[in-house]
Amino acid sequence: MSQFLQVLLSGLATGSIYALVAIGFTLVWQAAQTVNFAQGEFVMLPAFFVLIGMSVFGMPLWIALIFGLAISIVVLGVLFKKMIVEPILPHGGITLIIATMALGILLKESVKEFYSAEAQPFPSLFPGDPINVFGAVLSLQDVFNLVISLGIVVLLTLFLNRTRTGRCMQATAQNPAVAEILGVNVKRMILYTFLINAALAALASFLITPVYLAKFSNGETLGLIAFIAAIVGGFNQIRGAIAGGLLIGVLDNLTAAYVTAQYRAALPLVLLIVIILVRPQGILGTSEGRTV
Amino acid sequence: MYHKHLLAISTALLATAGMAQAQETVKIGTVAELSGPGAPAGTNWRDGIKIAVEEINAEGGILGKKIELSEYDTQTDPQVSRALVQKAIDAGAYAILGTIYSGSTMVNMLVAQQNSIPQFVGSEAPGIVEKGNPFVFRTSSGAQKGVPALTTYFKDTLKAKKVAVAWVNNEFGKGGRNVFVEEMKKAGIEVVADVPSEQAQTDYAADIAKLKQANPDAVFVYMNQEESARFLIEAKKQSLAMPLVGEVTLTEAKVIELAGGAAEGAIAHVGVTATATDVPGIGAFAKKFETTFKRRPTHDAIKGYVGAWTTKYVTEMVGELDGEAFAEKMHGLCLKAADHPKILLDTCWDDRGEMSRPSFMVQVKNGAPVVIGTVPAN
Repeated sequence: MSQFLQVLLSGLATGSIYALVAIGFTLVWQAAQTVNFAQGEFVMLPAFFVLIGMSVFGMPLWIALIFGLAISIVVLGVLFKKMIVEPILPHGGITLIIATMALGILLKESVKEFYSAEAQPFPSLFPGDPINVFGAVLSLQDVFNLVISLGIVVLLTLFLNRTRTGRCMQATAQNPAVAEILGVNVKRMILYTFLINAALAALASFLITPVYLAKFSNGETLGLIAFIAAIVGGFNQIRGAIAGGLLIGVLDNLTAAYVTAQYRAALPLVLLIVIILVRPQGILGTSEGRTV
Repeated sequence: MYHKHLLAISTALLATAGMAQAQETVKIGTVAELSGPGAPAGTNWRDGIKIAVEEINAEGGILGKKIELSEYDTQTDPQVSRALVQKAIDAGAYAILGTIYSGSTMVNMLVAQQNSIPQFVGSEAPGIVEKGNPFVFRTSSGAQKGVPALTTYFKDTLKAKKVAVAWVNNEFGKGGRNVFVEEMKKAGIEVVADVPSEQAQTDYAADIAKLKQANPDAVFVYMNQEESARFLIEAKKQSLAMPLVGEVTLTEAKVIELAGGAAEGAIAHVGVTATATDVPGIGAFAKKFETTFKRRPTHDAIKGYVGAWTTKYVTEMVGELDGEAFAEKMHGLCLKAADHPKILLDTCWDDRGEMSRPSFMVQVKNGAPVVIGTVPAN
């Protein structure tokens, strides 16, 4: 029983990080009707901004985290929108998808070239003191990961549903033309979406890297799993991304513990195929009609 | 007609000049994991070789010829490593130094064999010296020699009755796991959990939970550097209480750097370690390495260093740059550190290229590996 609980709680902690990254897919989809295949690299990069802050500028950890967050918002939010999305989007969604793939490779290879191909240690944000929960041992880090991720999701949902700006963002996502007629500053709302995506990616990076270690290739697996989590949960719903992330995190750990460790990497793909066959809109997603 | 003669003479002169140039140096190819998951091992291996080459060239080179060292990055990809060994040989390499990852070595060593080129490798999978390849030589003991050295530690020091094994599912991990399970069987120790994980795996929560559930007296951890670090971090998170004992990598400097405090208390048997500063040659090498590269050397750095110096010693014993004669000389050869100081420890190679030399038990204390015992050559 304690092993099951241990695996379940650890899976939830990891799944909550997947959920944060998956929400990024959902947000970009809603804002630009495209898939950002560089999302994994968006999570890999902020950890290196923090390391640069600490090693090059001699910043203490918390200042370096703020520095990393600020740089991430500028580079992965503002510059991504201005330099990649805005010029390419008029040429079609597929063109932009390919551009994000190229961006992912560029970011990965740049870190490899200019920082290092080797994994780097990344300081933990919270103490690693263990907490005993009915026989299962969780570290404070896992607990904080879970609490912070879910807290951010709740805050984001409240922001989108309960504030004027959030509702304007939703209106922009649903129908930008009508939103503009109604006086919504569509361009600004889309920018906000990209800024939130960049901040979420940075946060996920700060939470996951102490365990995964900072490495140029981290985005490959994270990006793929989060993409699948977003589809499984429902690509057009934030709550779907959360459900997908948590589900994959838990199932991955349960599979490794009770079925097979060798084929755990295949699990998200199997889940993806099943969902596409049985419920294409995802577990909590809604069907969308589109003219092609 | 005149032009044809002129062209022929010019070509002949150029070829002669080229040969004369080629004969002035000895080309050695370092084929190593300089990027990808194997980068921590490969870069140390390369840097150890660099120091050796600098020393050898300062002493006049090999047979009076300076070494010309070329680097090739396998990206930790076996197929790339195979192509690069061929590339190094095509460029005129007299010897190949590398690779470290057993999966790569298993693939690329056939290329060196087909070209009769001696190859020193840092790999430890038992299968490497069991293929009948007369040109491959280890720079540290294989798992079938290193892992059995741990049996007495589990049996007599830890007095373990039941153990678990956590291993990375690649050529290196499988080799070590198989030898360990066999050794435990012989020693009458029960293996209560057998937990494989994938190369580059990031989440070890389920693996550690399984080990905790099995409740062994000790866990044998056999993984590459980054995986070892992530394993130790998760083990600390879940308060895995029993001793974690590994072979070579578990107490490496890179693992300690990545795992931080989670590496504290980890124990490993290492063929050679830079912390054995009581051995004069190792102390001098470690100091030079730190001065040059501003970091502490790992055992891979020492392995590369020994590989390069062995190339010099044995070539000068043979008296010519002849790969086949070199390989023949290596089989059954023992080099004494007293006569060949840069070999660091008395070392022997058997007729398969397997290596024997005294080894060490180390434990991570206060963030650094400390020698806690020595193990005689087996």
